[in-house]
Amino acid sequence: MDTSPTATVPGYPMPRAAGCPFDPPPAVEELRAAPLAKVRIWDGSTPWLITRHADQRALLNDPRVSIDDRRPGFPHVTAHRAGRAHSTPRMVTNTDAPDHTRLRRMVTGPFLVKRVEAMRPAVQGIVDRVIDDMLAGPRPADLLTALALPVPSLVICALLGVPYRDHAFFHHNSSRALDRSLPPEEAEAAGQALIGYLDRLLREKLADPADDTLSDLGARVTAGEMSHDEAVHMGVALLIAGHETTATMISLGTLALLRDPGRLAALRERSEDPKAVAGAVEELLRYLTIVDSALRRVALADIEIGGATIRAGDGLLFDLAAANRDPDAFTGDPAALDPDRPARHHQAFGYGPHQCLGQSLARLELQVVYGTLYRRIPTLRLAVPFEEIEFLPDGITYGVRALPVTW
Amino acid sequence: MRVEIDEPKCVASGQCVVASPEVFDQRDEDGVVIVLDAAPAPALHDAVREAAAVCPAAAIRLVLE
Ligand code: HEM
Ligand code: SF4
Repeated sequence: MDTSPTATVPGYPMPRAAGCPFDPPPAVEELRAAPLAKVRIWDGSTPWLITRHADQRALLNDPRVSIDDRRPGFPHVTAHRAGRAHSTPRMVTNTDAPDHTRLRRMVTGPFLVKRVEAMRPAVQGIVDRVIDDMLAGPRPADLLTALALPVPSLVICALLGVPYRDHAFFHHNSSRALDRSLPPEEAEAAGQALIGYLDRLLREKLADPADDTLSDLGARVTAGEMSHDEAVHMGVALLIAGHETTATMISLGTLALLRDPGRLAALRERSEDPKAVAGAVEELLRYLTIVDSALRRVALADIEIGGATIRAGDGLLFDLAAANRDPDAFTGDPAALDPDRPARHHQAFGYGPHQCLGQSLARLELQVVYGTLYRRIPTLRLAVPFEEIEFLPDGITYGVRALPVTW
Repeated sequence: MRVEIDEPKCVASGQCVVASPEVFDQRDEDGVVIVLDAAPAPALHDAVREAAAVCPAAAIRLVLE
């Protein structure tokens, strides 16, 4: 392939097509049909863009592929993250095995499938209460702030031991810390605010432990199994990951369904069938693929794949939406939202050792919300024309600024 | 069908437990997979195949007898 400096390398991220807010950028889908290619990112570097489902699975599970963001060639998301790489403590999100295995096994406890399943009645209670409050409040309402953010925030607060009364503070700073359109100093300040907050909370838990995950992390610090800094950063990661992503899946998924009333009616009728609801959640995860900024890795050795040779030190970007629309991986028309399609093997939670730690919890929350909301509010509808909904293309996740609904 | 696990590869995701709770479980302390039934009955084979397909670490091997 032509690797001369004059060859045109397309920029990444790429723009979505006007009027197709749920579809990946057309140029990304075109790249999936072509041999493996490079793209140009914000700092001028040219990592590979991996778009095919099979290639992503092979590489994301390959020990020659590293998530260590201090290595030369690592394709950072933003200047802010690049600048912080060397001062950030080692966490699950920036270590390879064996460090990653050690750190991750310290926090798998609360996310075990059976422990999460045991939370189902509590999550159902939270969702019912939040819907009661929404119904008792003004119409129209913003579904994002009335339901999509409160549900996962209440759940992750209870699990971690973070007081929910601080939600305005951590919502604000989480979305700013992840916003690629902000000046690096501002994203940095938001991140620091969260670190300072979790640092104070962890100290309180050390002095006065409770039955929650932050106290468990505190106990591991006391036992010398992890450093105070590692525990603080783990807490920040869980707090941010625990509410932003799931909130986006609730609001964007509801928007997609409101635009497709036949599908919404079909889902509502099957609300009492856990298998049907779970299947619809998997298909929505695939179809929407809300993790919008590609997963980032760097190659540690030369790797032959997809007719190309990735060289040691090359950066790798994994566009999850492209893989989730790969016709070689999904039956039927992958561009359509079809809750009856087998979709469990989607890549919305990533793949390999870093695959989402919170996926069982996210699935539980989404199953309860999708199985309850449309049944309890059958007349739910948009309060503004679809064209007025503002999408957010600059986050780590792709969502909406607000979702005005009425009933 | 015989179910084999490459335990050091397991990343404790629990995907296999969701797909086939009759055959897989997770260790309480760290979430690592436990095989409950290494020779599952034919009625469970589809679910076990799904478990192997969704395992993010490719840690589940199915040996056909
Ligand atoms: C629908 C909701 C969610 C989506 C779509 C999602 C997506 C993802 C993806 C794609 C990754 C892989 C990143 C990579 O490989 O570089 C990831 C990792 C992670 N997620 Fe989630 N996530 C969701 C919900 C959650 C929740 C609720 C939590 C915690 C309570 C959580 C915690 C984490 C953590 C800690 C990691 C890092 C794991 C590691 O590197 O080993 N996520 N998530
Ligand atoms: S799905 Fe794979 S990685 Fe996850 S618990 Fe089962 S064997 Fe381990």
